[in-house]
Amino acid sequence: MEERSKAIQDRIREKAKELLSKKEVDLVIGFGEWTLPLRTTPIFIRTPEGAEDLIWNSFCENNLAIYLHKFSQFKVGIVVKGCDARSIIALSLEKRFKPDQLFLIGVPCQRMVDRRRVKKAVKGEILRAHEQGDQIIVEGEDFNTTLRRDDFLYPSCQVCTHRTPMGTNVLIGDPVKESPLIETHPEIKEFEKKSPEERWRFFEKESSRCIRCYACREVCPMCYCAECFVDSSNPKWIEKGFSTSDLEFYHIVRAYHQTGRCSGCGACERACPMEIRLTYLTQKLNLDVRELFDFETGIKADTLPPLSTFEIDDRQEFIK
Amino acid sequence: MKLRLDKKDFKNFLQNLIDEYDLYAPVQLTEGVSVFKKIDQPGEVNLTQLHTQKPAKDVFFPQSEVMFRYEKVGKQNQMISMEEGKRERILFGARPCDIEAISIIEKVFVGEEYTDVYFLEKRKKTTIIGLGCNHPLSTCFCSSAGGDPFLRAGSDLFFIDLGEAYFVELLTEKGMAFHKNKFFKEADPKDLTFVKELEEKAFEKVGFSIPVDGIEKRLDLMGESSFWDRVHEKCIGCRICTYLCPTCHCFDMVDEGEHQRGQRVRHWDSCLSPLYSLETSGHNPRPTCRERTRQRLMHKFNYFPKNFNQVACVGCGRCILYCPVHFDIRKAIIWTSPKRPKRYERGMI
Repeated sequence: MEERSKAIQDRIREKAKELLSKKEVDLVIGFGEWTLPLRTTPIFIRTPEGAEDLIWNSFCENNLAIYLHKFSQFKVGIVVKGCDARSIIALSLEKRFKPDQLFLIGVPCQRMVDRRRVKKAVKGEILRAHEQGDQIIVEGEDFNTTLRRDDFLYPSCQVCTHRTPMGTNVLIGDPVKESPLIETHPEIKEFEKKSPEERWRFFEKESSRCIRCYACREVCPMCYCAECFVDSSNPKWIEKGFSTSDLEFYHIVRAYHQTGRCSGCGACERACPMEIRLTYLTQKLNLDVRELFDFETGIKADTLPPLSTFEIDDRQEFIK
Repeated sequence: MKLRLDKKDFKNFLQNLIDEYDLYAPVQLTEGVSVFKKIDQPGEVNLTQLHTQKPAKDVFFPQSEVMFRYEKVGKQNQMISMEEGKRERILFGARPCDIEAISIIEKVFVGEEYTDVYFLEKRKKTTIIGLGCNHPLSTCFCSSAGGDPFLRAGSDLFFIDLGEAYFVELLTEKGMAFHKNKFFKEADPKDLTFVKELEEKAFEKVGFSIPVDGIEKRLDLMGESSFWDRVHEKCIGCRICTYLCPTCHCFDMVDEGEHQRGQRVRHWDSCLSPLYSLETSGHNPRPTCRERTRQRLMHKFNYFPKNFNQVACVGCGRCILYCPVHFDIRKAIIWTSPKRPKRYERGMI
């Protein structure tokens, strides 16, 4: 196992054990090992002994902040990366937590590995995978391939500039240098070059694969409406079928509802079983919000997102 | 009847099918994502993925299906029924688990009390060409769920990939109709030996390690078990596992349109959605993810076997592969059994 991860893992376990022994929290949410290679799973630890199940590696891809809605009645210790913490700050601004309800165990993130890219890089099923330094070694029945970790990261992780979580109660490991691996999200670059017609065609092609499982909505910490607009029957905003316009409507509204609230974690895209590109939309909105309002989601615990505020001297250049 | 189809003739064979039938087969939508679709050109057929994302049930019980249309003409309301296509259909390249699942759904849709004409019409019109799984995935557990990677049941014809050719078996009357197909040749005795080797290898890989046997009885005693308090924790309530499940068959019916004209449509529904069990009064008998997850597992492994003597799971592993939070149904099955490791008590599921 990669040494840095091992050291972090030990300290996460130690902290979780301490919190649970002293009964400072009811449970600790973190990552555990499970059955598939290149993956981890969210786990919920309630006993000090259970802390031994917590792990840390480059496959901790889930944004655990989603579970805070489910465990809103408890005092929760939670392992957070930069993006998870940003979602939590954004949720705090929306008054989702009581003060001192959360204990954030922050881990500066090494950027997470895109399991699909890895799978597509080899022929045959990957049965085992592990990290060694900056490499990932994947093994199957008749292959053993070494890959450079940095070539197989999630796009949202490649562009991330907030890997060290903010607002944490404890930080495990040293803060990392905050520079993106690549400057712009590769798909946004491509998207911006396109004509409006081409953009629409790209968007249309992507959303046409949607099966309306709403996994993109459910994995998003910011999607917590008691009733989502797609589920409302009175008024009925949208049909439940697969007409192009309904699929597009869902995807546009889902993205727009994230304006100034999206931490750019990329969980939506990872969850999609149909591999629909989603982050080019939300990340583009994030860039727009940064450019127009000088605002980034989940960075400051006291600044409301621009679309949640109104000031008399607001820039209103869109009114022409 | 045992035959072979050389791969060099494969495209022509498919073209031949397209000429005479509506052909449904796996098509790749983008790298790593495929579904069953109606085929216009042989080149569209893509068998690189063992499992398509959406299972073959989509061909008989589409995710979205118009049942009838209505229109007001003068003062009269007219109902316009939907005509099924006239042509006979072929389902090609479905795996044994998906085919087994179609027979499971059939038990519900073509029962003694109710017959679902939409399903039945499609089923009657379809000849199924199954495809054996030479390389089952590590997530496959069909043998434990009563199937196997080369299960012929449900197929009219069965194909096995031999590398340069397909080994072809004609299994039913519908299948025998193909015995004069110009692309089929007599199978070589060597082919039979090779098939046996492939089967043995695949069986060995899939194994029988998941304790599905007897699960119905075990769950009988677990209605209010603490198991349910834990099993749902990581579930986020999306619908991937139910939509991609080849046996899940719940649907919702909605009217689209207005009073002048419109249509009644049925869409797949999912017991994991809060809306599924929400009553008009506002009361929801399955108010949290705990009850909904219980419903999913109970339906598959307790209610369904009680009604139909068979679990509603064929071990395809899609729900394991595509779950965004890595829920593993095999572990849930193991949890219910005496094979359960001690650490599961801590909540690992």
